[in-house]
Amino acid sequence: MNIHEYQAKELLQSFGVPVPSGSVAYNSTQASQVAEELGGNRWVVKAQVHAGGRGKAGGVKVVGTLDEVKRAADAMLGSRLITHQTSPEGSLVQRVWIEQASAIQKELYLGFVIDRASQRITLIASSEGGMDIEDVAKTHPEKIITEIVDPAIGLRDFQCRKVATAIGLKGKLMPQAVRVMKAIYRCMRDNDALQAEINPLAVVGGDDDLRLMVLDAKFNFDDNALYRQKTITEMRDLQEEDPKEVEASGHGLNYIALDGNIGCIVNGAGLAMASLDAITLHGGKPANFLDVGGGASPEKVTNACRIVLEDPNVKCILVNIFAGINRCDWIAKGLIQACESLKIKVPLIVRLAGTNVEEGRKILKESGLTFITAENLDSAAEKAVAIVKG
Amino acid sequence: MSVFVNKHSKVIFQGFTGEHATFHAQDAMSIGTQVVGGVTPGKGGTTHLGLPVFDTVAEAVAATGADVSAVFVPPPFNADALMEAIDAGIKVAITIADGIPIHDMVQLQRYRVGKDAIIIGPNTPGIITPGECKVGIMPSHIYRKGNIGIVSRSGTLNYEATEQMAALGLGITTSVGIGGDPVNGTDFVTVLQAFEEDPDTEVVVMIGEIGGPQEVAAARWAKDNMTKPLIGFVAGIAAPAGRRMGHAGAIISSEADTASAKMDAMEALGHYVARNPAHIGRAVLEAMQERGIAIR
Repeated sequence: MNIHEYQAKELLQSFGVPVPSGSVAYNSTQASQVAEELGGNRWVVKAQVHAGGRGKAGGVKVVGTLDEVKRAADAMLGSRLITHQTSPEGSLVQRVWIEQASAIQKELYLGFVIDRASQRITLIASSEGGMDIEDVAKTHPEKIITEIVDPAIGLRDFQCRKVATAIGLKGKLMPQAVRVMKAIYRCMRDNDALQAEINPLAVVGGDDDLRLMVLDAKFNFDDNALYRQKTITEMRDLQEEDPKEVEASGHGLNYIALDGNIGCIVNGAGLAMASLDAITLHGGKPANFLDVGGGASPEKVTNACRIVLEDPNVKCILVNIFAGINRCDWIAKGLIQACESLKIKVPLIVRLAGTNVEEGRKILKESGLTFITAENLDSAAEKAVAIVKG
Repeated sequence: MSVFVNKHSKVIFQGFTGEHATFHAQDAMSIGTQVVGGVTPGKGGTTHLGLPVFDTVAEAVAATGADVSAVFVPPPFNADALMEAIDAGIKVAITIADGIPIHDMVQLQRYRVGKDAIIIGPNTPGIITPGECKVGIMPSHIYRKGNIGIVSRSGTLNYEATEQMAALGLGITTSVGIGGDPVNGTDFVTVLQAFEEDPDTEVVVMIGEIGGPQEVAAARWAKDNMTKPLIGFVAGIAAPAGRRMGHAGAIISSEADTASAKMDAMEALGHYVARNPAHIGRAVLEAMQERGIAIR
C-alpha cells in the first residue's frame, strides 16, 4: 500500500524527522490561506498523487505570491497529472500540499529497503539526491552507500556516522544525520513499511544555521501487516488504485490489467505468469493477470469471469487450473454458473488438471454448454491465440 | 534417498486441530507419511485423528521424537510458531501460510542464525518425497518416484512442470517449494546443495520467477559446485515492470529481475534452460538424453 507525500511527511514528523512547515489543501482558496498562515515569501505547491516524476510533469511549482499559490493550485486541482509512473490517462489531482520553500544547499538521498540478498533492512544513501537512485546506481555506482541493519540490534549510531561521512555530512550536520537516520529506520520498522525513500534529504539554511530537512518522501507498506497498522490503513486512498484491482481484491482475487485481448483466469501466481508467457510465446497478448488463489468456490470463479469481462478488449478467456487445494469440480461448477448468470458470449478455453480433474471434466461435458477444452498448457495457449487471430 | 524428508521423518502439525491441518494431515498419512501428533496451545492432553495433541512443540518433540513440523498457523502468529519449532529442536519446518508480514520473516531469519534448522516456505505448497513423506498441500497423485529433484518458488508451476515430466515418464526424488515471498526460509542454493549431495537425485530442475537475485545466484553457485545437470525456467516473460504479479516477491525492480535476463544468465553459466513454460518436461528429457542419464 502506498500513501501520499503529505501523509508521509506527517508520519515522519511524528517520529521527530524535520520536514518543512506545510499543510494540505483541497481547493485554491484554501491553498492561498494555507500559504498566508505559513508566512514567508516563497512557497512550494505540490500535487498529491501516488506516482513519482511529478516535478517533470508540472506537479510541483515554486511561487512567490499568494496569488500565484492560488493559480498554481487551481491549475493542478482537478487536472490529470501524467508522469512516467501513471497510466496514460494520468492521475486525478484532488489535493495539493503547500509548504514553505527551503533554501537548499545540497540534495542527498536516503532509502530504507528490505534487501532480498541479506534478508535484512538495508540503508541506502547517496550524495546525489534529487534524481532517480536507479540512474545513480547505473552512472555512479561508487556513490551508492549501503549499510545492513541487524534486526536484533537495530541501526547503531556508528553505522549512521559511517553513512553520514560517506555522503559528506560533517560538523553540526553529523549528529543531525544520526538522529534523522535512526528516526526514519524506526518509522519504517514500526509501521511495517517495505520501503521508505527520502529523496531529496536536503541541507537547508544559511552557513551558520545548516539543517537537514526531508523535502520528499515515499513509503510502501506491507499489505500483509495492515491488520496491525491502523493508522497506516486509515491513510489508504482508494482513488489512487485501479478500481477493478480493488474490487478483485475484495473478492480474494489478484487481478492486474494488461493491454492484450486474451482474458486469463488461473490459480497460483506462478502458473498465472506462466500462462501469460505461453500466450505471448504463441504470438498472443494477455488482457490481464488473474490469480483466483486457493479454495476457489463457484462464486469466486463467477466473480473472476465478471471482472475479466469488464475489459471490453477481451475476445476469449483462457481458464487454466492446476488444482492442489482447489478442486476441479468446483471450478467447473463455477464456470457453468458464470456462463449462465453472466451470459458469456466470448469463447472459454478450459484446461483442468490436478485434484478431482475427472469430475471437473465430466461436469463441463454434461453441462450442454460449449467449452473449448485443452489437455495441457501448450494447447490451451495455442487454442486461445488461434481464436483471437480468427 | 531424497532431500529433507523421507520415510523415517516423524512429522507433527502445528495448529493441528484446525480444519486445513486436519485435512492435510489425513492426506499425508494416506501416502505413508509418519504423522506422530500435533500441537494446539490449550488443547494439550487430548487426541486428534487418533494422535496425541500437545500444548507446546517442546512437549511434542520430547514425547514423540518428531523432527519435522508442518506449521499450519495463521500468518500473524506464524513466525512465532516457526521460532518455537526451531527452539524445540525441529530439523525441518514447513510453513504453507501466504501473508506473513515481511518484518516477522526478517526477525525469524535473525533468530535462526547459528541454529541448525531448515525452514521451507512461507507461501509454498510444501515438500514431497513420493511414497514416503508429504508435508504440504500439493496434489500427491501427480508426483511419481524417480531421479529428478525439483525446486520452485511457485506452487502451481511446480505441479505444471511435474505433470509435464510425468507425461514423459519422468519421476522425482523430492519436490521442494521454497515459496513466493521476498524473504523466505530456504533459498535455491540450499536446496541445490541438498540435491547435489543426494545419491538418488541425478538431475535438478529449478523453477524461478521475476524479482530478486536468487535464481542467478543459484545458477552461479551451481556452475562452481554441481556435477549434476541443472535445468531452469523463469516465469514472467510477459510481466510488466513495477507490478507485483501475485506473489509478494514477484516484482521487476531492475533489469536483472526480468525473466529473460535471469534465463540468459543461467544459459551463459552453462545450464539448460526451458524458454517456454509448456516445454519444461521436454527440456528435462533432452538434457537427460544428452547427458546419458537413464529415466527412472
